[in-house]
Amino acid sequence: MGANERNSVIDPRRQQAVAAALRAFLPPQSVLYDAEDTQPYECDGLTAYRRVPMVVALPETEEQVRRVLQTCHAMDVPVVPRGAGTGLSGGALPLADGVLLSMAKFMRVLRVDPAARLAVVQPGVRNAAISDVVAPLGLYYAPDPSSQIACSIGGNVAENSGGVHCLKYGLTVHNVLGIRGYTIEGEPIAFGSEAPDAPGYDLLALAIGSEGLLAVVTEVTVKLLPKPQFARVVMASFDDVEKAGAAVAAVIAEGIIPAGLEMMDQPATRAVEAFVHADYDVDAAAILLAESDGTPEEVEEEIARIKSVLERAGATRMTVSRDEAERLRFWSGRKAAFPAMGRISPDYYCMDGTIPRRRLGEVLRFIAGLEKKYGLRCPNVFHAGDGNLHPLILFDANDPNELERTEQFAAEVLEKCVEVGGTITGEHGVGIEKIDQMCVQFHPDELEVFHAVKRVFDSKGLLNPGKAVPTLHRCAEFGRMHVHHGQLKHPELPRF
Amino acid sequence: MADAVQSLADRVRAAADAGMRLCLRGGGTKDFYGGALEGEPLDTRAHAGVVRYDPTELVITARCGTPLAQLEATLDENGQMLAFEPPHFARDGRAATLGGCVAAGLSGPRRAAAGALRDFVLGAVLLDGRARVLRFGGEVMKNVAGYDVARLLAGSLGTLGVLLEVSLKVLPRPVEELSLRLELTQDAAIAQLNAWGGQPLPISASAWCDGLLHLRLSGAAAAVRAARSVIGGEALAGDVATAFWRSVREQTHAFFASEAPLWRLAVPSTTPLLALSAAPFIEWGGALRWVPTRPGDPIPREAAARAGGHATLFRAQDKSAGAFAPLDAVSMRLHRGLKAALDPSGIFNRGRIYPDL
Ligand SMILES: Cc1cc2nc3c(=O)[nH]c(=O)nc-3n(C[C@H](O)[C@H](O)[C@H](O)COP(=O)(O)OP(=O)(O)OC[C@H]3O[C@@H](n4cnc5c(N)ncnc54)[C@H](O)[C@@H]3O)c2cc1C
Repeated sequence: MGANERNSVIDPRRQQAVAAALRAFLPPQSVLYDAEDTQPYECDGLTAYRRVPMVVALPETEEQVRRVLQTCHAMDVPVVPRGAGTGLSGGALPLADGVLLSMAKFMRVLRVDPAARLAVVQPGVRNAAISDVVAPLGLYYAPDPSSQIACSIGGNVAENSGGVHCLKYGLTVHNVLGIRGYTIEGEPIAFGSEAPDAPGYDLLALAIGSEGLLAVVTEVTVKLLPKPQFARVVMASFDDVEKAGAAVAAVIAEGIIPAGLEMMDQPATRAVEAFVHADYDVDAAAILLAESDGTPEEVEEEIARIKSVLERAGATRMTVSRDEAERLRFWSGRKAAFPAMGRISPDYYCMDGTIPRRRLGEVLRFIAGLEKKYGLRCPNVFHAGDGNLHPLILFDANDPNELERTEQFAAEVLEKCVEVGGTITGEHGVGIEKIDQMCVQFHPDELEVFHAVKRVFDSKGLLNPGKAVPTLHRCAEFGRMHVHHGQLKHPELPRF
Repeated sequence: MADAVQSLADRVRAAADAGMRLCLRGGGTKDFYGGALEGEPLDTRAHAGVVRYDPTELVITARCGTPLAQLEATLDENGQMLAFEPPHFARDGRAATLGGCVAAGLSGPRRAAAGALRDFVLGAVLLDGRARVLRFGGEVMKNVAGYDVARLLAGSLGTLGVLLEVSLKVLPRPVEELSLRLELTQDAAIAQLNAWGGQPLPISASAWCDGLLHLRLSGAAAAVRAARSVIGGEALAGDVATAFWRSVREQTHAFFASEAPLWRLAVPSTTPLLALSAAPFIEWGGALRWVPTRPGDPIPREAAARAGGHATLFRAQDKSAGAFAPLDAVSMRLHRGLKAALDPSGIFNRGRIYPDL
């Protein structure tokens, strides 16, 4: 972590020059530079890092985006794209010498093709809005991040966002058919298509999850799925977190891929229950939510199988949602987990590591040890089906000492994820937040390849610089060595 | 196995030093695919074997030389499968390897329902043009650290380096499968497939040829039963169905017997009947159309492009028309840049995708 590699002072002459260049083709209200206008853009969902941008540009046509990029490229001004600003890794953190390119005005659903089951939307369209628009057609857009009522599809593409249903239905990369946009030089790009298997390299896959470093996305074609006729969720209690983890493996070993498979530990259920009253069992050490969807017959069959597996795995209590309202209530708790933490602590810090599920017990014990070591609480919510952990460290940002301890706590957790064969980020992205942990996950040669990829798209390094991929120099200073699958037992040893 | 990597790395280093081109090759079952082979053969088969497989993690990691049949047998023993049903194209004693399968990036009948090969790639270990061993992605379902280079390698036809190891997501085999046969014209089949696609039906494969539509249903027993009553048609006996879908996946179906050049047209699934020189074989709910051409027939690249798709010259003696549809100038520049980033001396599989790549 640490955002302070670049200058944080705005140069007023430069600011005037850049704003004037942009106002040559953007209306005045689309170019902001007064501090009171640019302040709202100072951070994304990772509020611990803030920086006021030099200029904010709010284009509303593709041609304007192209010209903003061309202008910035010609003037050597860095550009930070921004969607809805809900990102949790500081990916949209502005630069004091840069233009913040807000895609907020790209709000239109351009085309819905019910027969081909796809929609073409602008990047500022909110994730949930897509499903709302196509609901009357019996269709929906599957990836459902908890932030879905606020986050934009452009941000989803940039982060390869997931949701509670991605075990069965996949991540953004599995549900986007194509994108259009521009490189930093203003050259048009079009990756993927409505036809399968576009020729050449899979540039669509490369662009998805690239955190706004390779291109600015101006149009997204998403796949729509027929809405399952019916869904029910089993809520199961366990008296031990590791038993709950073993139950998840048992469900999968049985050949079942639930539509959703989520876990929360007791501190998390207690915080959530007080907030949304979802009827969670607050005495359980952990609860599992396992959803089945499909035809009513199919759901009955699968729910019965899930229940019998969970029972054998030691569930102490099970409730199956009786109707849609109850199903949504069971999920409401899980989906409100983050804001619920905001009610019991001044601040919370959300981690996003993914681990092989079989290492869950070990990682949770490790986290419990860190709670003692740092004197901070850390409830856990967990996309259990795909091994994606969201430990939430509770802290008070006004206490600099707590913030520092939180950062160290988080860093230790992420490095543990790498050590057990996982990753530092499952869906929230590296951004500015986990940039140092990239040095732990990747070998310098691999980081060098990432930089080479970046140069192919952006030779001047102007699009969202300083995010996602650390410089080798930074890694050397950070002094952590690359670990892989625990082969290296002493990540704390300096490399030189 | 370290020895096998070492010897591959030595060959790559020597080739880069000498400016000599290499032709990466596993079982050679996909030799026909893409542009003509160029360079000294580099056999990947010595680097073989499953590295890690824990069925409850839904991931298998194996070395590039692992025979695809062996990998699938291992999964099968545990009730799991490669859901994208990759074609092996095993012929004349040649057996497909995992590395070749991922490099070719081809998916089979289940693709429209389950996803393409690239959707299942979680991680890869690459030996690049500087003989560096590089790991991208990993063995977990969700991973957004760094650019998704592992997925980029899927379908790159060996032009970016030697895939040493691949981690793939695997899925449980469906509880129940049932195949149906219906008589339908081409128009009606395309319309019907798209209409069914918009309903929550467990259709896991479709194939239309010569007035007959075959469908495969996969899922919970109840779902398969319910879908059968919606769709109708005549049910196939289990072994007949298995043989049929294998003949589609492996292109041993009579349609593919001809020696004529075979084109693979990928189009939006709703594309109505295309004006082609022969009746096509249609898969993937209408999105994949195979068509042979005779001498003098127009090549179907235009027709595919007009429909919003693209055409690949899949099997042919003469590929002077180019195996793959050409790219726009910006994409081509990006391709060249990526090639140079991973294979700066241009030694791997030159010309396999595009002449200058
Ligand atoms: C309460 C809460 C719950 C969340 N739950 C989840 C969850 O369940 N799953 C999950 O995956 N994430 C979750 N997130 C994280 C966040 O919502 C996602 O990362 C989301 O995709 C970000 O979208 P955004 O529009 O807010 O993007 P922003 O935060 O504005 O930007 C994110 C990144 O995308 C880039 N970007 C944005 N638009 C474009 C564009 N048009 N072109 C190029 N680059 C662009 C930015 O530069 C930045 O790097 C959650 C966040 C919050 C606050």
